[in-house]
Amino acid sequence: MKPNMRRGMILWLPLALVLSLFIVFWRGLMQPDDHVIASQMVGKPLPEFAFPAAMPGQPGVAAADFRGGEPRLLNVFASWCLPCIAEVPVLMRMKAMGVDIAGVAIHDTTPALEKFLGQHGNPYSRIGHDSGSRLQIALGSSGVPETFVIDGKGTIVHQHIGVVGERDIAKLLALLGKAR
Amino acid sequence: MIAEAGLAALWLGAAMALAQFVLGLLALRPAQAALGRAIAPVAVVQGVFVGLSFACLIAVFARSDMSVLLVASNSHSAKPMIYKISGTWGNHEGSMLLWVTILALAGATIALFERKLRADTKMATLAAQAAIALGFYAFLLFASNPFARITGVVDGQGLNPLLQDPGLAFHPPTLYAGYVGMSAAFSFAVGALLTRNVGPEFARAMRPWILGAWVLLTIGIVAGSYWAYYTLGWGGWWFWDPVENASLMPWLAATALIHSVTVLATRDGLRAWTIMLAVLAFSMSMIGTFLVRSGVLTSVHSFAVDPQRGVFILALLAIYIGGALTLFALRVGTVSEGTRFDVVSREAALVANNLLLTVILVVVLAGTLWPLALEGLNGAKISVGAPYFNSAAGPLALILMALLAAGPLMRWRSDRPGLVLRRMAPAVLAAGLASLLLALFAGPIGILPLMGLVVAALVGGASIAPLWKRKLARTPLFTWGMVVAHLGCAVSLAGMASDAAFTKENLVAVRPGEARNVGPFEVTFAGLRDVPGPNYASLEGVLLVRKGAGEPFVMLPHLRQFSDPPMLTNQAAIRTFWNGQLYLTIGEKEMEGRWLLRMWWKPFVTFIWLGGMMMALGGGLAMLGRVKRDLLAKARPA
Amino acid sequence: MRAALAFAAALLLAGPVVAQDHAEISLADPAREQQALDLMDTIRCVVCQGQPVSGSDAPMAGDMRRIIRERIAAGDKPDDIRAWLVSRYGDWVSFKPVVKPATLPLWLLPLAALLGGLWLVMRRLRLRKR
Repeated sequence: MKPNMRRGMILWLPLALVLSLFIVFWRGLMQPDDHVIASQMVGKPLPEFAFPAAMPGQPGVAAADFRGGEPRLLNVFASWCLPCIAEVPVLMRMKAMGVDIAGVAIHDTTPALEKFLGQHGNPYSRIGHDSGSRLQIALGSSGVPETFVIDGKGTIVHQHIGVVGERDIAKLLALLGKAR
Repeated sequence: MIAEAGLAALWLGAAMALAQFVLGLLALRPAQAALGRAIAPVAVVQGVFVGLSFACLIAVFARSDMSVLLVASNSHSAKPMIYKISGTWGNHEGSMLLWVTILALAGATIALFERKLRADTKMATLAAQAAIALGFYAFLLFASNPFARITGVVDGQGLNPLLQDPGLAFHPPTLYAGYVGMSAAFSFAVGALLTRNVGPEFARAMRPWILGAWVLLTIGIVAGSYWAYYTLGWGGWWFWDPVENASLMPWLAATALIHSVTVLATRDGLRAWTIMLAVLAFSMSMIGTFLVRSGVLTSVHSFAVDPQRGVFILALLAIYIGGALTLFALRVGTVSEGTRFDVVSREAALVANNLLLTVILVVVLAGTLWPLALEGLNGAKISVGAPYFNSAAGPLALILMALLAAGPLMRWRSDRPGLVLRRMAPAVLAAGLASLLLALFAGPIGILPLMGLVVAALVGGASIAPLWKRKLARTPLFTWGMVVAHLGCAVSLAGMASDAAFTKENLVAVRPGEARNVGPFEVTFAGLRDVPGPNYASLEGVLLVRKGAGEPFVMLPHLRQFSDPPMLTNQAAIRTFWNGQLYLTIGEKEMEGRWLLRMWWKPFVTFIWLGGMMMALGGGLAMLGRVKRDLLAKARPA
Repeated sequence: MRAALAFAAALLLAGPVVAQDHAEISLADPAREQQALDLMDTIRCVVCQGQPVSGSDAPMAGDMRRIIRERIAAGDKPDDIRAWLVSRYGDWVSFKPVVKPATLPLWLLPLAALLGGLWLVMRRLRLRKR
């Protein structure tokens, strides 16, 4: 009887395997469709970088700027990026609340930036120019705009992917407060 | 009106499928066997209705009837006619209707032409075929109505530009015919289990059907590979992308099946396993459809994404595959194990073939689905690509190929190793010669490509050995089929290995007037010009190519900006030589005012698809050979 | 790895004023160029997610190609560069899965299939000998 029983078990094995496969599919379907690639750098110190000034009259951006003891926002944007326009008013409001925002423009030119900031406002205390997405790759950021919360010692506390909207202000302010 | 007629025909087809299913179930009881005579005509009528429905959908696309939602969201009146028609199946609903159409036509064909199968098994088979169809009718009618109307649309949103290609007219229909043709294997297996009729007779009846489906699947995959090769514009012929893997998995199962069914037909062995494979092959087709249609996996060949529909298909899959496997577990225990064989024998070689194909299938399955499973388990995102598949499946495939050289030269039941080796002598000689040539001329190449080339020579030599000392005119057609298909494996393997070993690649940005080299060619970027198209604007790169001191020639890759929907595509310029292809694409302009050129010189890359077509041809010959022999055998007693 | 990180830091400090633009210019040494191209084929583009950076036209893919070439030119090993990118974007960015507990089923499942299959076949053969 015993070998027969074993054969019986083997015959049910394909069904068991397929059912476990279907559980995987089910969970895959129920998962929100999320193609966001989050940075692995959150919780780690900023990598070293130094980008030259993108605008006359405003300084460039370097990693050292973030170790002054005050938490800051690091915003990557570009004048050619349409969604970036949407977050400028929100960033302006945060600037008015006393938040220091450093901007790094990706693949940009000074005239294009002057036009962009002239039209929509300039929320940045300093603007660096990155002509090769180097900052983004070093931070594990995969698009523009993205906003990083950096504490006073230069550690990355939070990555905000996409446009900063009105709703995000409170969360970012809280994070900045906690990073103090 | 046409749309309503199409929908009506679809409902009628569904009704016929229901009738076919119920009749089949009733006729399984001996008392009501007379009912079974109605099944075949019903199956044929079902095929006619669905065929009509599909014709109606083609008609509304051809007429650009923008009051049909599907046309409005997937077509555009400015499209060339061929893309209007092929656009019928370039979307979710249309491709599912094509799926059901082929399913019903396969059932109708079995009803009309299958004469060898025992009558009760045939009824059960047709009932199973109808049961599968019912679920997909429900899916179409309740969740994906292709004929839904919409008002107030002036013109359509157009078709994904990547799909505006002659490849779309050809690749999905053949691939689907292969996918869904495998439903025959599934239904035969279910029919055989229900009527307890698993034996050589049954295997011989099933064989032509699965060979036919395998041929179509092979053609579909080969065509898809070449299509992706020239439209995606990155020089690869196989990317191990989920959608590609979805078509490879049923092919691997079906390839194992056409070999194991031979053991069952000739030697009455591998009974349970052959049934298992028949269920598996179509299950893989359905899982492939699910993976592509539900959008659970991210892919370069991205199509419709809709989780609601995904749940529907998943439920259907669970019913059909789960049901078939339950039946398998319950019934196959009553199937005896079949006859015995020796370690060195044709059967043993075919068992090894099946084992290796199955393990390769598990590699593809694991690599495709483990990222999904892991994300479900702990949210971690991983990518599994070519480095994994090549290193895991490559060596297995090489062993399989080496075995392919020996298998056909072994006798059934039992053979002597010495004799097999003697029969392989010419093949071993060919492999030795290839090794020598490679050692002398090839320079340093990777171990896997090197082995690939040597094994290709071995298989090439061995695959024609069955013809040795035979009268060619009297050699049966199915033996020719085996020889051609196995030679095709050698040719394809040679192409893959040569592409991996000898391809020269250059990825550079250039300004007009500059020249770069790739392989033996010097490519000068002369400049760009605008070429207007029917529904796109094209930038044409003018490239002057010269090989050594030869005459220069012009190659014109395009960068196309489509307007409906807006999308940029690369159109590669490909020039085929007797010994390979030169493949050039032009990418977008860089900030610095240079243009990105991707250039490949791919020696003997065409062998990959040539070999694939030879495999399909061989399968076709084998199928014809079997059918012919059956017809002759039937003519004789009469 | 530490050397690689230090190098990356130096690169970032130098910023966009690097004299040699490696973006889409082949490296002088064909063996290193091939290393770079092979690596590009197995790094996933973070913008067009199905494609490798070698096949993508996205500007960011071009920038990744630039960084890969620069670092290969500077003598870094492809696997160090891969590890560096993974430390930014996670395992997702590499088409070559790392061997670790979470990825072991990729190799164990086929192995189990092979052993299970062999066991089934052996059992049948032994039955036959009797």
